[in-house]
Amino acid sequence: MKILVCMSNVPDTTTKIRFKDGNTKFDDAGVQWVINPWDELALTRALELKEGSGGAITRITVANVGLIDTEPTIRKALAMGADDAIRVNAEPLDAYFIAAQLAEVIKKEGFELIVCGIESSDYNNCAVGGMLSEFLQMPSVSSVSALDYINGAISIKREIDGGKEILSSEIPFIAIVQKGISINPRIPNMRGIMTARTKPLKVYQPAAVEPLTEYTVYEMPPAKAACKKISPDNVKELVHLLHTEAKVI
Amino acid sequence: MNFEFTEEQLMIQKAARDYAQRELIKDVIERDEKAIFPTEHIKAISELGFMGMLVDPKYGGGGMDTVSYVLALEELSKVDASVGVVMSVNLSLVCYGLQEFGTEEQKEKYLRPLTADKHGAFLLSEPEAGSDATSQRTLAEDKGDYYLLNGTKNWITSADSASVYIVIAQTHPEKKHKGINAFVIEKDTPGITLGPHEKKMGMRSSDTHSVMFTDVKVPKENRLGEDGFGFKFAMKTLEGGRIGIAGQALGIASGALERAIKYSKERKAFGTEICNHQAIAFKLADMATAVDAARFLTLHAAWLKDQHKPYGIASAKAKLFAAETAMWVTTEAVQIHGGYGYVADYHVES
Repeated sequence: MKILVCMSNVPDTTTKIRFKDGNTKFDDAGVQWVINPWDELALTRALELKEGSGGAITRITVANVGLIDTEPTIRKALAMGADDAIRVNAEPLDAYFIAAQLAEVIKKEGFELIVCGIESSDYNNCAVGGMLSEFLQMPSVSSVSALDYINGAISIKREIDGGKEILSSEIPFIAIVQKGISINPRIPNMRGIMTARTKPLKVYQPAAVEPLTEYTVYEMPPAKAACKKISPDNVKELVHLLHTEAKVI
Repeated sequence: MNFEFTEEQLMIQKAARDYAQRELIKDVIERDEKAIFPTEHIKAISELGFMGMLVDPKYGGGGMDTVSYVLALEELSKVDASVGVVMSVNLSLVCYGLQEFGTEEQKEKYLRPLTADKHGAFLLSEPEAGSDATSQRTLAEDKGDYYLLNGTKNWITSADSASVYIVIAQTHPEKKHKGINAFVIEKDTPGITLGPHEKKMGMRSSDTHSVMFTDVKVPKENRLGEDGFGFKFAMKTLEGGRIGIAGQALGIASGALERAIKYSKERKAFGTEICNHQAIAFKLADMATAVDAARFLTLHAAWLKDQHKPYGIASAKAKLFAAETAMWVTTEAVQIHGGYGYVADYHVES
């Protein structure tokens, strides 16, 4: 079985966000780029599945829609242990555009399991996995918190209100995973880092797809107000403030 | 001049940082307080490839450059300098010595395991021969097909946890430093005994002992290099060792600086975070400048080594300045933490 892990290239989560050109563009000057944290966990789980599969899983590929400057981030995924990578040479304009590009790649390459992080930490679109499912007419489940491959079928767990849901699916299948799918992202070892450049990184030219989104303006969220500390025995004051200031009760 | 790191160097730095900040930090204070050797962590960083990162891949190593080594050592030592010193002694002294001067058989037998689950110790210092390495009293008498070792070595890092020793000893006292030899010896060789775990001021979880040799038989094939090569061997090896210790000291300094900056942004006095007071801000600026200077000196020495240029003087300067910086910056970091700095729970104390 071949697994594809879809991967976004996102600013490091500690980046100070700034905008340029009259707040119409994200200012990426000096930004450190990383693998989207959800995708990093997805890749970690995919690697664990391959290692425990006794040879049944033969290949882990990562795919990214991005220009050439995303390649260092792709190589981080190769250093972690992915076998090869695909980059669709286009700016990732919106979730629809990305999903359409990835769908083309999957049609050409053929993967039995596709793993997507539930969202990306930059635009929080949360839409690529679901759209892929539609484009490919492939079953998908979202908010997956445990993923296994047992006797040729996919077994998944997801958190639901008051408990856990356990589902299984035939392949091909799309798992849209959340944090918890793996405890920590895998730290690449020296061998992985040194061989990352020698692993195949295929570049596809993008399919003709028009994005459906236009960015008009970026705004920063309002600054968080200072935290007020109330003594644990002063419930009256807490209720008063929640009522008059926070206006939540 | 090029001040940019390569993609691989940055990945190594991040891997070391991730491991240190995620795993090493969990029990570092307890390990230091109770002088517990970081067995599991050394195993984990071996699996990640750090313990053999400079060794030729032919012998199971990572084949990394010295710049990467400094970056990794800094990140690990920021959190736990004991782990830093175990790694530094293994790589800079033991692995380097074996790789550069060992025979093919010695490399296969002793170097290869040091890149996997074993690590080594370097036995040079004696009660009366520390920096004055020429005054070796440990004797390695030539008995024909073996050497007979007798003597005592002091302040030996990893003396108990290591499985392989490189021992410097005198074979021909009349020839002075030209009579010295270096040997690779397994720690469990009969006749080797350890003194008690030294109670140190810091880096308590690295195991430091004295090591006694009583009629220890060492086969001839365990000598490194020609007869009398030991002093040169030690000098050559220690040149690179200084880069490792500089990287470790740099980590101690930059770790203390990071904690001081963080604390100064949290702690308030006179109505504002203390980093806004010039008394603290000036201190932080001086500390950050010194840490960067130590970093540049250390990386420069590492770069010279990687370019196969002479690096002895550069590595000595780096070690001197980085060690002085570690002493000074940690004292200042304790000052910035005020009373909390003197308390072990705040980590900056160590």
